[in-house]
Amino acid sequence: MAVTAVSGVEVRRPVPRLRRLEDERWLALALLVPTAVLLGLFIAYPFFEGVMLALSSSRVGIPGEFVGLKNFSKIWDDSIFRTAVWNTFWYTGVTTVFKLALGLWLAMLLNRHFKGKALVRAFILLPFIIPTVLSTFAWKWMFDPTFSVINWTLFHLGIITTRINWLGDPDLAMTSIIIVNIWRGVPFFAISLLAGLQTISPELNEAAAIDGARPWNRFWYVTWPLLLPVTMVVMLFSVIQTFADFQLVYVMTGGGPANATQLFATYAYQIGIGTGLLSEGAAISLAMFPFLFIIVVVQLLYIRRVETR
Amino acid sequence: MVKTKRRSVLKLAGGTAAVSLGGMAGILATGRTPAYAQQKTVHWLKWVDFVPATDTLFRKEMMPEAEKALGVKMNLETVNGNDLQPRITAAIQSGAGPDLIMSFNSYTHLYANSVVDMSALAEEVGTREGGLFPYAKAICSDGKMFMGMPWAVIGGMVAYRKSWFDEIGVDKFPDTWETYREAGKKLKAKGHPLGQTLGHTFGDAPGFTYPYLWSWGGKEVEADGKTVVINSKETLESVKFMTGFWKDAHDEGGLAWDDTNNNRAFLSQTIAATLNGASIYIEALRKPEQYQTEKGQPLNKDILHAPLPKGPAGQFGFHLLQSNMLMKYSKNQDAAKEFLKWLHTEANYRKFFESQKGFATPCTAKWESDPLWNVDPVMTPYKVAARLGQAIGNAGPPNAKAQEVLSKYIVTDMYAKAVQGMPAEESVKWAESELKKVYEV
Repeated sequence: MAVTAVSGVEVRRPVPRLRRLEDERWLALALLVPTAVLLGLFIAYPFFEGVMLALSSSRVGIPGEFVGLKNFSKIWDDSIFRTAVWNTFWYTGVTTVFKLALGLWLAMLLNRHFKGKALVRAFILLPFIIPTVLSTFAWKWMFDPTFSVINWTLFHLGIITTRINWLGDPDLAMTSIIIVNIWRGVPFFAISLLAGLQTISPELNEAAAIDGARPWNRFWYVTWPLLLPVTMVVMLFSVIQTFADFQLVYVMTGGGPANATQLFATYAYQIGIGTGLLSEGAAISLAMFPFLFIIVVVQLLYIRRVETR
Repeated sequence: MVKTKRRSVLKLAGGTAAVSLGGMAGILATGRTPAYAQQKTVHWLKWVDFVPATDTLFRKEMMPEAEKALGVKMNLETVNGNDLQPRITAAIQSGAGPDLIMSFNSYTHLYANSVVDMSALAEEVGTREGGLFPYAKAICSDGKMFMGMPWAVIGGMVAYRKSWFDEIGVDKFPDTWETYREAGKKLKAKGHPLGQTLGHTFGDAPGFTYPYLWSWGGKEVEADGKTVVINSKETLESVKFMTGFWKDAHDEGGLAWDDTNNNRAFLSQTIAATLNGASIYIEALRKPEQYQTEKGQPLNKDILHAPLPKGPAGQFGFHLLQSNMLMKYSKNQDAAKEFLKWLHTEANYRKFFESQKGFATPCTAKWESDPLWNVDPVMTPYKVAARLGQAIGNAGPPNAKAQEVLSKYIVTDMYAKAVQGMPAEESVKWAESELKKVYEV
């Protein structure tokens, strides 16, 4: 049976459907279809559903009806939402600057040759590898108003005389979540930038050194321009992730005290799940989109400019 | 080793195929599903009880008993209280999930469209047990139907250190806010402040701020459930008093506490008093060796409970009321109803009640005079939790809008903002504008 079938195929000419794939356009289409289907199912469809939800009056268990932009006008008028917008920008901006500076510094150090280099590189990744919820719980304990180990240390070193109310003071609460986000994000920057640094030929730096360039000049005029495309991509990922951060703040402060650490995602959860106002929660989530879209477009345009320079 | 022949394997396989084919043919001929598929499974989702003995009782004893008595299969699932809402939302939106889900407070009003009316059972149990308390009725019923079957109230009382109050010359727990503030001032001076959260946490924060507001005469809305009246002289007085009270008597770290912080602070002897369920005392009872006073005595001998003090408008409590919602999407509604009926028979409910040792207060009058409340006098104050409780959204109904205000922590944040330095008038105005956005749209 099998022999007959094989020989049958051998003698028969290829069916027209398969011959079509010899045409590059059809082949490209065939190869793209699985990705397009996956993107459509898991990104485009949920996004479309999210948009439809945000334009409806849907609550949990009640489908609701089309209400246009009513949800958006309601959240625009909501002082907690405005606080969340400001907090998100501040949180993303400050953490990104620090993550970039510290990550770059760490990457430069790790790019040198020293004993146990591989081990140190592996350990650097730990904050990034540990599940965020677990590490955040550990940080929560460290910032605990009553049992903070940071306060204990500072007190015993004679630096403070009264305890610091890390998570109870609005500014300090924001500072605390920023510190934890930086701690978690620096390894990602460091390892990615390290990979970028390793693609830069050492000869370029050596040539600059021979020409008399000082270390800072070598970094600024040789290393940095070559590292810029990688840096921009890393920043792009980081900004997107930080802008939509949820679990860190949810575990540390729940958005408190008095909404001092409320972000887009935590407020969307509070409204969508806690209050059952699914459409309003979706509107808050979706309100992130234009901001993120502009940031991403600007960054992508900049990357293109840098790459084609 | 016995040798297996190819022929015998074929014979066996053929036999099995024949039997299964015959079975299928038989099933198809009768037009009924086989008997084993008819046994229904009732899936009950509830919180992880703060009294572990109760969950053990359910798993090891009561669920097998229910299976035997009702001929159903029971699937009991327990999750952290904070995870109930995401589970309920996912279940309702997807139209599949547990048949029975435990509800906290006004979740019943929030999910009213997705649950089955439990009026018949609620009324039957109420009549049998001396009447359902108005608090349970307000939370579980909208006047037309019972969205949840009232289960129990987890009372919130002030747990306090008797010896420390004795040391400052207060031998009876203060019954007004002024005397409580005075006591707290002295205690704080001695390094043992009062502990209270004003953070974003579901239990202890609103459990304090709502009754505190009511005790001064403040309320969110009028009885019509629409007219926002929080910006009143009474509310303003309460906020002004709170700012001084906080500075004088409280542990200022409380702004960031969640529901577990005050337990830890009390058990580690950092604070002298805190509003809580009975979990601090129960934990101290469980581990008398671990939790001891500075004099080396078991801490549990130095803990007493008292209701929150009264204000100019009276004394109030807002306690966690639990009910069980039968979900509309459930395909086993009859079996789930039967199970709830079985669970609420006096003999079965008693098992639960006794395992709680006073942590949970039943929602009907009969249990208030139960001898269990005399077993441990420290737990006795909890017996009135269900009777004295008042629902959120006062003076209106505890509906979805009231729940929205609670979820946004507007009342709690009104006090939190003031103790952080915002002028009292401004924080009340902020709360008023937020409440109007919820109620007057």
